[in-house]
Amino acid sequence: MSNIKKAFENGKAFIAFITCGDPDTDTTISAVKEAVKNGADLIELGIPFSDPTAEGPVIQSANVRALKNGITTDKVFELVKVLRKDITVPMVFMTYANVVYSYDAEKFISICKEIGIDGLILPDIPYEEKDEFIDICHKYGVDLISFVAPTSENRIAMIAKEAEGFIYVVSSLGVTGKRSEITTDLNSIVKIIRENTSVPCAIGFGISNPNQAKEMSKVADGVIVGSAIVEFLGKHGKDAPKYIGEFVKEMKDAVR
Amino acid sequence: MTNKNGRFGIHGGQYMPETLMNAVIELEEAYNHYKNDAEFNKELNTLFNEYAGRPSRLYFAEKMTKDLGGAKIYLKREDLNHTGAHKINNVLGQALLAKKMGKKRLIAETGAGQHGVATATAAALMGLECVVFMGKEDTIRQALNVYRMKLLGATVIPVATGTATLKDAVSEAMKEWTTRISDTHYCLGSVMGPHPFPTIVRDFQAVISKEIKEQLKEKEGRLPDAVLACVGGGSNAIGSFYHFIEDKSVKLIGCEAAGRGIDTFETAATINTGRLGIFHGMKSYFCQDKFGQIAPVYSISAGLDYPGIGPEHAYLHDIKRAEYVAITDEEAVNAFEYTSKTEGIIPAIESAHAVAYAMKIAPTMDKDKIIVITISGRGDKDCAAIARYRGEDIHE
Repeated sequence: MSNIKKAFENGKAFIAFITCGDPDTDTTISAVKEAVKNGADLIELGIPFSDPTAEGPVIQSANVRALKNGITTDKVFELVKVLRKDITVPMVFMTYANVVYSYDAEKFISICKEIGIDGLILPDIPYEEKDEFIDICHKYGVDLISFVAPTSENRIAMIAKEAEGFIYVVSSLGVTGKRSEITTDLNSIVKIIRENTSVPCAIGFGISNPNQAKEMSKVADGVIVGSAIVEFLGKHGKDAPKYIGEFVKEMKDAVR
Repeated sequence: MTNKNGRFGIHGGQYMPETLMNAVIELEEAYNHYKNDAEFNKELNTLFNEYAGRPSRLYFAEKMTKDLGGAKIYLKREDLNHTGAHKINNVLGQALLAKKMGKKRLIAETGAGQHGVATATAAALMGLECVVFMGKEDTIRQALNVYRMKLLGATVIPVATGTATLKDAVSEAMKEWTTRISDTHYCLGSVMGPHPFPTIVRDFQAVISKEIKEQLKEKEGRLPDAVLACVGGGSNAIGSFYHFIEDKSVKLIGCEAAGRGIDTFETAATINTGRLGIFHGMKSYFCQDKFGQIAPVYSISAGLDYPGIGPEHAYLHDIKRAEYVAITDEEAVNAFEYTSKTEGIIPAIESAHAVAYAMKIAPTMDKDKIIVITISGRGDKDCAAIARYRGEDIHE
């Protein structure tokens, strides 16, 4: 068991996603600090990718801005080292398989361990392709987070049995981004997960306001919010951290 | 050649979001059932022969042969198929499969527009809804094909993200598929993406090499010495190679788009400039930077303007069974003009990349050697762009 379980020890967890380097690494650092100060229990740091096929327009635009401003995997590692001087909550990377693979997976994952990254979320690594990274992840004690989707059906039990860290439950079909309503029968999905593992599960995709967060937190052990946070960065740039802080407080109060 | 989970050596696989996993598993099961189903194959053959105009001709290019002064040159005329390219072979197969699976809607990506036109055509024929994603840049380069798709009843969605070309169209089509799976089949146009697509598309395109083999046997009583085809994702090339893979005497040569040159950043030559990576559902070679960011590739040819290559090609390269060469814009345009003037055949600018390499090697080969070049499509769609390349501004 990794550090990630700590995020789920104080009631329902609020998980905040922030794209690294948008618009610059200093802003990312203050945004993460604001989020943690206001109650975020776990931070997902997005390493930008040129072609993020699981992202909606908000996070995709953030990736474009960050890459244009010169973010690289090495700069993200440096940023995490700075953050880890103050931040003790668990942190995970969310990126795409090629970012890890092309860096040299063993080198990438050993650095994760060294700088205090507790897990990896890779939306293009399904259960069938876990072998690509899983042994290295185990070697360095970095959790490889599994996804369960509304279409997973007969796959849920198989995925849950081998899950580690937490399970990322995708709330709806499609890509990341705000949704006015979430209609998936998440109770049934979470029920199957519970029958097969004690690893906590958190719901993400489409959650953007306190009401939704409250509803979702009744179903699962935590909620994940990305686009609604990243939107502040798109809108306010360097001034975004204070808005992010206020928003995280509101959301954490709703799930508490 | 495919092993478990669709691997070709180390390449291939299913690097897809969990949301799509049951969809690709369902597709694989349906395909495994229908590929051996007599009724399905009979229907598909009828469509190939009666609708698409197969078999396509294997034409002896006598003037080119004489002019180049070396090996005998045959052209496999996929440009004569209905809709003007090899793309129809795969699309008829996938559309028929989608229909059998009870799907009501086809989505597709397109680069030059040929796959989009073929998909729109099959959708019209089979009464399916059709949505095509096309890079905004390509909708400008290939405006005529956009109109053809609309005429056929398809909706064309211009993609403005990234480089606004083929790779971005693929990404958007994949995203669209995650939003609507139950009634929608993603009709992928090349031998790429997650398993089972590289296998399905190859099998439907393999008719090209099957015919070449039979036709050349009839005309010459033997196998060719070399088979040449252009490679973007690689569907016409794998179709042209497939039935010769076990015939070790036949050289298989894929011609990649070098754009402005493989020593520049404006290139799409994946095998020549890329390295191993994971993208668009597969492990293969990709043009990328040192941090794994996918490179903004370039070629004059919208159909070859893709930063990756199908996993089976990556494998054929690894085991040295096929050779992959790079052809620049300038060489391809010269070949485009040469084929038009010498044989009265206007090839697609994609196919002209294969002709360009034949023009280099044919003169060095003995007269008793035989080269087959697959003319994957017709070049009418490219005339305006090539005219512009030569500094002549014409209205389409």
